[in-house]
Order: sequence, then C-alpha cells, then structure tokens
Amino acid sequence: MLDALLTLVIVLLKIVALLVPLMVAVAYLTFAERKIIGYIQGRVGPLHVGPRGWLQPIADAVKLIFKEIIIPAGANRFLFLLAPLLAMGPSIAAWAVMPLGENLYITDINAGLLYVLAVTSLSVYGIIIAGWASNSKYAFLGALRSAAQVVSYEIAMGFALVGVLLAAGSMNLREIVLAQQGSLLHWFWLPLLPLFVVYFIAGLAETNRAPFDLAEGESEIVAGFHVEYSGMSFGVFFLAEYANMILISMLTALMFLGGWLSPFQGIPVLDSLFSWVPGIVWLLLKTSFFLLLFLWVRATFPRYRYDQLMRLGWKILIPITIAWLLVVGAAVVGGLGPWFDGA
Amino acid sequence: MNALGRFFKSLFLLELLRGLRLTGRYMLDKKVTIIYPEEKTPQSPRFRGLHAQRRYPNGEERCIACKLCEAVCPAMAITIEAEPREDGSRRTSRYEIDLTKCIFCGFCEESCPVDAIVETRVFEYFGDKRSDLVKSKEELLAVGDRLEAQIAADRALDAPYR
Repeated sequence: MLDALLTLVIVLLKIVALLVPLMVAVAYLTFAERKIIGYIQGRVGPLHVGPRGWLQPIADAVKLIFKEIIIPAGANRFLFLLAPLLAMGPSIAAWAVMPLGENLYITDINAGLLYVLAVTSLSVYGIIIAGWASNSKYAFLGALRSAAQVVSYEIAMGFALVGVLLAAGSMNLREIVLAQQGSLLHWFWLPLLPLFVVYFIAGLAETNRAPFDLAEGESEIVAGFHVEYSGMSFGVFFLAEYANMILISMLTALMFLGGWLSPFQGIPVLDSLFSWVPGIVWLLLKTSFFLLLFLWVRATFPRYRYDQLMRLGWKILIPITIAWLLVVGAAVVGGLGPWFDGA
Repeated sequence: MNALGRFFKSLFLLELLRGLRLTGRYMLDKKVTIIYPEEKTPQSPRFRGLHAQRRYPNGEERCIACKLCEAVCPAMAITIEAEPREDGSRRTSRYEIDLTKCIFCGFCEESCPVDAIVETRVFEYFGDKRSDLVKSKEELLAVGDRLEAQIAADRALDAPYR
C-alpha cells in the first residue's frame, strides 16, 4: 500500500518536472516565433516588456488569464468548454513516453510509437467539437477542413513511422534511438531520407501550421475553429498547438536524428572532447532546430489551397512513402550496412 | 524534358529550398525598424507639421490680414477676420486654423507675403476634444514664440532654393 503510494508520488513529481519546463518552453516558443518572423521581415519583434522583450510571453499569458471567456448564444456550453481540454489533453499525454535521455522518461512502454500515434490522433476531436459547439459557420468550416486534413496526413505520417519501425525493429522510442548508435551517418535520416522529409511535412500539416494552416485561414474563415473562443479557453488551444509543435519536433529528432546521441560519436578526437555534454542537450538542440524550421517555413511559404493540400497528401506523399517502404524492406532483408547489418 | 525537369525540381523541393534561403538571408540581414519614441526618422527642413505664427524681432506680429492663405487653402481650414488696430495698422482680430480639416499642403506658407504663417517640424500633438484642434491666433503665436529658433534656421537652410 505504502509502496503504491510512493510510486504514485514519484510519478506525479516526474510529471510536474516535465510539464513545468514544457509550459515555459511553449511560452517562449511564442516569443521565438514573433522574434524570428520579425527578423525575417526585417523587423526586430517584441522589445519593450522586460529586458529586450524577454517578459513578453509572461505578459501575454497574464492578459489571457484575466480576459473574459465569452460563450456565444446558441453554443453548446458543455462541449464548448470541453473542446479546448480535448485538444490540450492528447498533446500533453503523448509526452508520457518521450525519452529525453537513455534513462530519462516518465514511462517506457514497448509500443511507445503506437501510443504516440494513437494519442496525437485524438487531438482532432478537440478541433471538431470546438467547431461544432461554437454554433458559427466559420468555426464549423474550419473544423471540417482541419478534420479532413489531419485524417489525410495521418496516413502519410503513419507510413513514415512504419519505415522507422522497420529500420529499428522496435516500437519502443528508446530502442529506436539506441538502434541509431554508431555515428552521424548511422542515424536514420540517411537511409530514410524521403520518409524524414515526408514526416516533417506531415508534421506541419498535423499541427495545422503554415503552409497547411487553412483550418484557421485568417483571410477566408477569420480564425477557423477557434473564432468564438476568448480568454483562457483560446489560450488552451494556443498552448495545445505549440505543445504539439514541440512534440513533433522532438519526435523527428528522436526517430531520424538520433535523439540524445552525440553528433560526434565515432569521430576519434571530437567524441571524447564532447563526451561531458549530457544527452538531453543534444536532444534539445536537435528539437530546437526543427522548431526553427517550423517558424522559418511559416515565414516563407504561402498557404496551400484546399485541393492542392489534398493532392499533395494523397497523390505525392503517400506514394513516396509506400515506394520507400519497399526500399527499406529490401535493405533490411539484405542487411545493408552500416544501418541494417547488425540485425 | 521540360515537364520532367519541373517534376524533379518540385520532387526534391528545390524551389522551396530557394525560398528558405532567401528568407534565411533576410533573417540575418540588418533590421530596418526604428524604435519610435526612442528613435526618430530624419526630418527635412521643409517638413510640414503643426502651424505657427511668427513675429518680427521687435515683437510685432507679422500677419497683415491679407487673407491670401485663407483664399489659397484647398481644405478651407483657415478663417480670418480683420479690422484696423488702435494705431491704424491692418491686423487680424481672429485667425483660426482647423487642424481637423488641414491637409498640410503648405500652400498657406507659400502664399504668405510676409512669412507670417509657417509650418513647423512638430507632428506629435493631440487634442482631448475636437475643439482643441481648432488653433486660435494666440495659440499659433505661442507656438511661433516657442519654436522661433528652429523655424528661422529651417527657412535659412531653404532660402537658396526659393
């Protein structure tokens, strides 16, 4: 009895230790977004709240917390308030299986990849319910678009993950990283290059980020599924979107860029020179690289039209992944070195 | 061949990478933002901002109520009433500029035969109510008294081109 209680407390402490930095990271990701997009447009971004603008996300959060939550007339009150939680829940729950280091995780289940795929798919419910419960045509259209988009890109994403699964021979995220041990060239980005690119593109679409953000296309449907939300109920959607971005970036780093493995592994002098750096630093650096790419892409490309989006998903990404799965399968059976000869 | 080339170009995301390279260069480029209240854009000596009425060095107001500015004003923002002063000279008894109508074209300044009405470099002013933006003769003279040094310097700079 006491043992069980102790385990519970330890797990809860672990969750807090993960969630607090995650929320801070989300807050500062919004700051990074405004800064980087500003830089790309020749501006300097937020500058006045705190030293060089560093307290801006805190001020934004405080503002959102103190604003009124307006529930539109004719909206389904229960579902309207439930939807943000449904969007937020999965994007946090998926973090349960993320290994931040070889022995640094909340839980280590042997079908981690499957769990992540299943849980992140649930977040589309939040969007659909938000669109329906708002009783607004824009929200409804946004929710429909988003549902169709997420469902289509889930397939390409799933196929890309099947490639990783084939290559690593495991669904456990920790073992997937360990299977990439060796050197920079042993990481899966090289043998799975097309899947790597497809996964990242599908990740952009899954998180409803530009250029696939037509679920909230400002110029056509105001803000899409969250038009009617205000105050913290909007804030929770916002949080979920950014937590999802970090999740996708970290998953990409884990599955294709060797997670917490040092990039200098296998290089004689540099390896021992950088061996003191803890693995989590490498993982966070790789994750930040993909986050930068998220923002960079948003500042560069115009939004897809709906038919273009569907064409890209069904006619290009899915055939590419299927074709490359055959290649990967052949390579694994043939034991192509240096990636697949071990197994 | 052309279609094939296009196919490979988009398959390998070449165009997208070129776009990313361009925006990446801008990311590292010099920023053009001017952080306004602390920094300000440069102003020409011909800048046309808030109006002022000038005086001669002996303290006598310049305006002789010729009403040329009132006539030339395209927005009809100037209202002038004139009558002889006690000493018999021709002066305005009322000179008002409605800044909510004014389009800051500078015609009043151009038309003035005695350089009485001028536009200054001041562009940061406000009124709590609309009537605050209808400037009376006293207010205009006060602006002129306050900024005379700057006004005179700007006219001197511009003189060779007139």
